[in-house]
Amino acid sequence: MKKLLIATALLFTAAAHAETTVLIEKFAFSPKEITVAPGTKVVWINKDETPHTATANDKSFASKALDTDDKYEVTFANAGDFSYFCTLHPFMTGTVHVRAN
Amino acid sequence: MSDHEPTVMNRRAALGCLAAWSGAAVIWTVAGGVPRALGATSNGTVAVPKGVFTFAQISDTHIGFKKEANPDVVGSFHRAAADINGLQHKPALVLHTGDLTHLSKPEEFGQLKELLTEIKVDRVHTVPGEHDALDDGLTGYLKNFDHDGKQRAWYSFDQNGVHFVGLSNVLNFKMGTMTSLGDEQLAWLKKDLAGVSKSTPIVIMAHIPMWTVYAQWGWGTADADQAIAMLKPYGSVTVLNGHIHQVLQKVEGNVALHTAMSLAYPLPTPGQEGIGEPGPVKVPADKLGKLIGTREIKLVRGKHDLALIDTPIDHA
Repeated sequence: MKKLLIATALLFTAAAHAETTVLIEKFAFSPKEITVAPGTKVVWINKDETPHTATANDKSFASKALDTDDKYEVTFANAGDFSYFCTLHPFMTGTVHVRAN
Repeated sequence: MSDHEPTVMNRRAALGCLAAWSGAAVIWTVAGGVPRALGATSNGTVAVPKGVFTFAQISDTHIGFKKEANPDVVGSFHRAAADINGLQHKPALVLHTGDLTHLSKPEEFGQLKELLTEIKVDRVHTVPGEHDALDDGLTGYLKNFDHDGKQRAWYSFDQNGVHFVGLSNVLNFKMGTMTSLGDEQLAWLKKDLAGVSKSTPIVIMAHIPMWTVYAQWGWGTADADQAIAMLKPYGSVTVLNGHIHQVLQKVEGNVALHTAMSLAYPLPTPGQEGIGEPGPVKVPADKLGKLIGTREIKLVRGKHDLALIDTPIDHA
């Protein structure tokens, strides 16, 4: 019983700390679409010399303008499809699909 | 090294090529009510008749930018200011068509404000670029550049018989679409123009091009057609834009639209082969000065178009 509890706790910890990175480079989000489990932290990093933002279409999240190498993190607690764009360059778009296993 | 000894042909070919997608200083003349570009010269000088009203346009100074494409944007500004101060015919005013700063930081606005005092003119007018509206909208911009004290980025004024209008098209960005002026501003423009006679020359300044240069890169203004329609009945309309860091123009009846060079760094031509995105173009240090610069504009009484001279900061 104790062993099982520990295993569950470890699994939970692993899920809570899941992290994935989206690079912003050459005026595009890369990858453009990602699918993650609830509780995953998504980290955007701007590799361009031009500032960009990652801003949800439904305004559920919005970064400040990210200069070169600036990072922005959002932890997605709930399942759903979150489309987002760069408010400075609205032709730059991406989607985070949050799916429970 | 052949790099240091370009042949005349190579140099000419290079300059011709550069001229096609960059501009420098454009000199505008308003003669007889119609702004007209005087044309490019290699040394920025031009014979100006008496009684001519001239003004200068600068754009996209991106103060705060320190990357490889131009590690010294302040140095570039100093050179442009010296060029404008050296003009034979002193311009009455300077227009800055946006992207004053790179990141909308208070110290960047402060530095540009200080730099602008280097130019020996009575008035400097500005419109915001999207780089001046980061994070907290136009708050930082308007703290420094609220030209009519009304806490908004659009305004008009008259000088030497010309009606100048500054517009803002850098706040209404929506997913997957081009920027727009917005209904409130269009309504204001209609009201503003109602008091202007059809024979008055009009100069419009706005950061992002007022025509669709390249939609894929957002180089256009979705509702600009509505503004242009309001301007069509006027005898002389000149629209001055920035944003795309290169000289392009379009003429629609009496409305002439022009984009200007940047004072910071070049951008690719629309859809330029081998470059998939509108990011700063890195060129060798000795080439940069050919791709950035200023514009002088003259208005000559009795003529119906403005004269423009674009001058790169490297001219000899």
